[in-house]
Amino acid sequence: MEKTLPMPRAATAKKINMNKLANRTLHYLVLTLLAVITVYPFWWTLVTALSTSGDVFTYPPRMWPENPGLDNFVEVFQTIDVIAFYKNSIIISVLTVAGTLVVCSMAAYPLARMQFPGRNIVFGAILATMILPSEVNFLVNFITVSKLGMGDTYTGVVLPGLAGAVGIFLMKQAFEAVPNDLVDAARVDGATEWQIFWHIMLPLARPALAALTILTLVAAWNQYIWPSIVMASPDKFPLSVGVLYLSGAFSFKIRVVAAGAVLTVLPILMVFLFTQRYFLRGFDGAVK
Amino acid sequence: MAELKLKQIKKTYDEGPTVIHGVDLDIRDGEFMVFVGPSGCGKSTMMRMIAGLEDISAGEVWIGDTLANDVPPAKRGVAMVFQSYALYPHMTVRENMAFGLKLAGKSKQEINEAVTRASDILQIGHLLERKPKALSGGQRQRVAIGRAIVRKPDVFLFDEPLSNLDAALRVQMRIELTRLHQDLGSTMIYVTHDQVEAMTMGDRIAVFNAGRIEQVGTPLALYQHPANLFVAGFLGSPKMNFLPVSASIFGHSTSIRLPGGELLTLPGARAEGELTLGIRAEHLRFAEHGVPVTVELVEHLGDVQIVYARAAGQSEPLAVKLGSDSTAPASGSRAWLAIDTAQCHLFGPDGQAIRRTEHTF
Repeated sequence: MEKTLPMPRAATAKKINMNKLANRTLHYLVLTLLAVITVYPFWWTLVTALSTSGDVFTYPPRMWPENPGLDNFVEVFQTIDVIAFYKNSIIISVLTVAGTLVVCSMAAYPLARMQFPGRNIVFGAILATMILPSEVNFLVNFITVSKLGMGDTYTGVVLPGLAGAVGIFLMKQAFEAVPNDLVDAARVDGATEWQIFWHIMLPLARPALAALTILTLVAAWNQYIWPSIVMASPDKFPLSVGVLYLSGAFSFKIRVVAAGAVLTVLPILMVFLFTQRYFLRGFDGAVK
Repeated sequence: MAELKLKQIKKTYDEGPTVIHGVDLDIRDGEFMVFVGPSGCGKSTMMRMIAGLEDISAGEVWIGDTLANDVPPAKRGVAMVFQSYALYPHMTVRENMAFGLKLAGKSKQEINEAVTRASDILQIGHLLERKPKALSGGQRQRVAIGRAIVRKPDVFLFDEPLSNLDAALRVQMRIELTRLHQDLGSTMIYVTHDQVEAMTMGDRIAVFNAGRIEQVGTPLALYQHPANLFVAGFLGSPKMNFLPVSASIFGHSTSIRLPGGELLTLPGARAEGELTLGIRAEHLRFAEHGVPVTVELVEHLGDVQIVYARAAGQSEPLAVKLGSDSTAPASGSRAWLAIDTAQCHLFGPDGQAIRRTEHTF
């Protein structure tokens, strides 16, 4: 009589290991594909900016620059005042980040920690604004900014975007995660509401503040349409808007424009590379 | 230091139930008062009202000569130690302890002196520059106590401070807290659901149940003379055994009939009707005659043995406490229990204790 022998333990373990390996390989394949799709446009821009000859729109596209050099970057610096545009971008970004942190955390604190009638309605209304694309607000914001005499000013660019729903939501979640006992302990220690906010809540919400900083910085640095609507004087343009001067009405040098785009993206890319762990940690706290 | 008076304190939440129903209590200057009771009985809410962290719906809280109802927490002269320790995680131990003093505008020198003194008392001087996450549970507890000490409060409030510690550390901290009370001589209020902590630490205990104080007294007074069924059942481990009995007055005694028909005479008691007999586990012993029971389980705890034996027709087994040198009957065997009638408690149909007069027979 034949007997079915149980699979030896070593063989079972090997099979499990093979399954794990196959699983992991599949994960890596999918993630690599997604990374390639996401990164490729940036890579193409960089390759184009570094190429000094050849057809830009060849198919299949080039993966490496032809006759690599920095001529296009030099031309960017010769054509537009990159340093002035950088300065404007930095001013707008710093003001936006600082303003957003102050406004969002101060708006989120009462929503997270104070009991008042209509609290949920207010928060619901803030969240509802996320449904609308920001472009919808451009017209009314432009009229408001103009009437307030803030047209063609940094304030006009910065002010309308400070109280963002995402920022308020992020900070509210972070404040809600702070244990009640800490607030009670601070109250017994003699802290006022402001001191609780300043000495306890804000330091404990640091990961969320870091995430909001990065999120806002990227958005402020890259914004194009709103500053180009508000700003009339070219000397106040941020780099994202100023780069457009590289493509004039009668000339369109795509390699130089690409070099301008690389110069625009590079600083923010570097910032994000070095701070992404804070960014992830901040969201970790917000969605737990 | 200060005495504390609670007068008809009530707490009702908006659109919610009343959780404290008119509590009256006087806590003497320098006393260690323990609030004990099951979860949800209102003891922590009461403490939070004393601290000023909860509004008082009705009644008065007097701390010393001050009506404290509308005084903010920091101005009440109280310091609180939380169950979760509530140490500020982003501050060092030193900053945690100094935070309250800093907010009060004390000078750097005053703060340093206060922190050093408190850290010496609690032997945490070597931990001052560490963050809370680098501390063990016991060390965090000490820091939390240190944070309370530096403020030199009139009243210390402890909200289940030992609940998160392991058993060995809990015993150690219990002793340390008692010693601290002796050294500082401050008024202390201590909330716990652990009756062992209540019995071992308190000068007096207030037993809370469903938002009311059932009884206030010294630990021994409460153990030996519980005012009602709740206190009798809550204090003591294993809990007091209860048996439904019918009683009739017989001269200066009460004759009671146990559920199995056995008769007992309780000298000094005068009550009749359907009552509840309470008898602690250490006042029952196995004998040749008495209440017939079947032994269900024997627990060997090292120093004592707890035998659970069921009398006929009873839903709950009776607990019998024996010394480790006694021979406990085997599980499943039949045995007889003798009741020490001098130690029996009688409770009326309303659950209140029927007092027995001192007797000499």
